Amino acid sequence: MLAGRLVNDIIASLWRVAVGFVLSAVLGIPTGLWLGQHIHARHAFLPLLNFFRFLSPLAWIPFAILWFHIGDKPAFFLIFMATFFPLVLATMSAVATIPSIYFRVAQDYHYQGLELLRKVTFPAVLPQVITALRVSYGIAWVVIVAAEMVGCQDGLGYGIWEARNGLRLDSAVCYMMVIGLLGMGIDRLLYQLTKLPNVRWGYER
Amino acid sequence: MYAGVMKDNRSVSRLQLEKVSHSFGQVSVLHDLSLVVNHGEVVVLVGPSGCGKSTILNVLSGHIIPLSGLVRSEGVVRTIHQQDGLFPWLTVSENIAMGLRSMKDTAHRTKEVSELINLVHLEGFEHHYPHQLSGGMRQRVELARVLAGDSDILLMDEPFSALDYQSRLRMRRELIRLLQLRLRTVVFVTHDIEEAAQLADRVLVLSGRPATISCELLIDAPRPRDLTDNAVIEAMKKILKELGL
Repeated sequence: MLAGRLVNDIIASLWRVAVGFVLSAVLGIPTGLWLGQHIHARHAFLPLLNFFRFLSPLAWIPFAILWFHIGDKPAFFLIFMATFFPLVLATMSAVATIPSIYFRVAQDYHYQGLELLRKVTFPAVLPQVITALRVSYGIAWVVIVAAEMVGCQDGLGYGIWEARNGLRLDSAVCYMMVIGLLGMGIDRLLYQLTKLPNVRWGYER
Repeated sequence: MYAGVMKDNRSVSRLQLEKVSHSFGQVSVLHDLSLVVNHGEVVVLVGPSGCGKSTILNVLSGHIIPLSGLVRSEGVVRTIHQQDGLFPWLTVSENIAMGLRSMKDTAHRTKEVSELINLVHLEGFEHHYPHQLSGGMRQRVELARVLAGDSDILLMDEPFSALDYQSRLRMRRELIRLLQLRLRTVVFVTHDIEEAAQLADRVLVLSGRPATISCELLIDAPRPRDLTDNAVIEAMKKILKELGL
């Protein structure tokens, strides 16, 4: 019965992290690209981004539960809040460090607007974005445990919480091992992204 | 021979600077500089480092708009940089194809790319990335890339100076060969006097800051020229004298 429960918890946690994380990547990376390219927007939004970056995602728990009640949604929200800001900042500063020579070449070959963004800016920061994804995935995996302790009725975090309440430290250790191993496993998967041929340059020189 | 045919019918490309002045803050880099580069001509600018050679190229390419004076360029201008101008996320053939994006016919485009790859002797490296190539090979890809499609005027900013001596000699020959196959107007900046003497139709020796043309030297010996050719040695003597070396 415990095994069935564990599988259920694993699936619940993975699903929550996946949704929250994908959402924040899909919104955060383009935002970072945009802010990186527009210096005025960057100056305008940087204080705000920094403010939220230093705000622990756990501080959002009361609002998460108030707005989204109990279930998957507060967890999505917390994962999003935990990973969106670091991703935006990492992408943004990666854009700011693109060697100017690439933009000069791009100008020679008439890259403009969206094509410039897709064909020059984005691939130029992709290696750094992949690293940022790995780092913020780590944050997400840490945060999900705390989020599930208060906002959910299942999941790995909830499992630990329940073990605590029942003084079942053996069960808590079991959950901890699963969390650690799964985290490592998924990082291995993200690491595979660095093996794509068109990002190898970012790691080999 | 798509590009070749296109080149033959091409209208005349030309570069002109008229009384161009520019300064960075308090430092005046160019003062009343006038210069005309004619169609198919190879003009080499030599001068000590910091004399404003690169600024001239940046003015010609439109990356710097001078504070005063007139810049006129007729034709598509492309620049070869000293190094790292290739996009590292694109393969050799993708880099070369950058200048051919306006070509709608993909079969034509593929053919043109493979022709250019053959031209610079990089067969078998089509799908390599720049970081997998040697410095000399990377500069050959750069050459193929600027020659692709509708380019008329090539600006070269010390393109071979990051290479070792022997590769540099080889690349000079390579450039001459390519220009004989595909005629382009070239403005070439270098501090290498040998290079100037071997490549140029016309050498402009720059001096001081703000940069002024202190000497104009025509070399009409046929190319390729050997390092030990009389014309090359004569030209080097004159340039060295002009530079006070």
